[in-house]
Amino acid sequence: MRKAITGHKAVAEAMRQIEPDVVAVYPITPQSEIAEYYADYVHNGIVHTELVPVESEHSALSACVGAAAAGGRVMTATSSQGLALMVEVLYIAAGLRLPVVMALANRSLSAPINIHGDHSDAYLARDSGAVQIFAESAQEAYDYTLMAQRIAEDMRVRLPVIVNLDGFTLTHTVQPVDLLDDEPVKKFVGKFQPVSPLLDVDHPVTWGAFAMPDYYFELKRAQQAGMEAVPAVFLEVQREFSQVSGRRYQGFFEAYKLVDAEYALVVLGSTAGTAKVAVDELRAQGMKVGLLKPWLWRPFPAQAVAEAVAHVKAVAVLDRAFSFGTLGALFEDVAAALYPLERRPILANYIYGLGGRDITVPDLIKVFEELPRLTQNEWALRYIGLRE
Amino acid sequence: MAGLKGWRELPLGGVVAGGTARELNKTGTWRAERPIWHEDKCIQCLQCWLHCPDDSVLLRGGKMVGFDYEHCKGCGVCAAICPKDAIEMVPERSGECVRP
Repeated sequence: MRKAITGHKAVAEAMRQIEPDVVAVYPITPQSEIAEYYADYVHNGIVHTELVPVESEHSALSACVGAAAAGGRVMTATSSQGLALMVEVLYIAAGLRLPVVMALANRSLSAPINIHGDHSDAYLARDSGAVQIFAESAQEAYDYTLMAQRIAEDMRVRLPVIVNLDGFTLTHTVQPVDLLDDEPVKKFVGKFQPVSPLLDVDHPVTWGAFAMPDYYFELKRAQQAGMEAVPAVFLEVQREFSQVSGRRYQGFFEAYKLVDAEYALVVLGSTAGTAKVAVDELRAQGMKVGLLKPWLWRPFPAQAVAEAVAHVKAVAVLDRAFSFGTLGALFEDVAAALYPLERRPILANYIYGLGGRDITVPDLIKVFEELPRLTQNEWALRYIGLRE
Repeated sequence: MAGLKGWRELPLGGVVAGGTARELNKTGTWRAERPIWHEDKCIQCLQCWLHCPDDSVLLRGGKMVGFDYEHCKGCGVCAAICPKDAIEMVPERSGECVRP
């Protein structure tokens, strides 16, 4: 059924259909609405989830970890400082291989305090061991929230999954979203399979055991294997979801008019929608440009990205956060992916949109127009929409 | 590190079955003071067993019979809680693990 709803409502609808055993959540702008919608569902008796209204995000994710270890399907949602508070526990959820699914309504980190969207919160969790997916639209936020559940819970993976959606740009704007019926979603998501649940008192186990130098390394290597399993699982889940939904999801990223492109952008999240308009306008003028929009950011699908942009003359990688003291995190991913190629495209790294700074079609057309003028790799950061 | 398991053999998330750490970690080697049980003073109230944080008070047939020195860390809670001064803490000289 097609509805005009916000990104938040789309995520909350996905959560309603998944109906996890436990949702532990703490409100923070811009995520709060997800918690509010879900609290409505719980208190109106629409879902039978145990809603845990905690006193902080650290507690929210801690409650999720405990509930997941107990044997439940659990979800949460947060933004910015809330994620910062969760990060300690996020590493634990990943290390314990707990499939917690989380919506991250992307918002910039303090200071200065700001409530608007950028990717500094997602970048903060980059090395946490959580799988990270980026949505371009409310539709993708809905679809990937459903798919995230399957990816997280796959026995080859068993890791937390973060579904990123740009704060305000996606969370608060009303867009058309095709919602699936409840039954096919429940069938697609399936029954939760706990591993060593604490509530199975006939089989007592220790969760969170200490590991000395003789075993810590091996346990972290096993965790890396969970991440390494993600790409194959991601494609399987996409394939099945495409059949259930009738929407086509195929690959770790969307390649928009990239096949014959001479110049390309790589960008995460909602800005990809703006970039498609820029691509179309330049194509109408005869410039061969294209776009690569990663859905899957962690693990980073390096080989597939390299193959998709190998033929391009120059690539602009757009980061919506600093990685202070070095180049942008997405840029470094792309640069490392391209390194093994014999003939590499010229690369440039642009920082854009911090603290919710608007990013427009003319901004992105300007980036495309700069690319043909580059004669070698540009190692200095460039900025879009920054006042000197 | 011969004899240790490789990463593929480890349980998911490092979750281990109950009671399996006991044989690997002889925490008795940490002990600085050793509890000595004086059976003649003991009234079998089992307060020591109840309070021991390491399950190192040995029971047989529901009666206190001594300590598990392989795991007792020598915290002295048993001696402090004992109403009859039947448990005495003495300096651990050798550090070796000896069952009574």
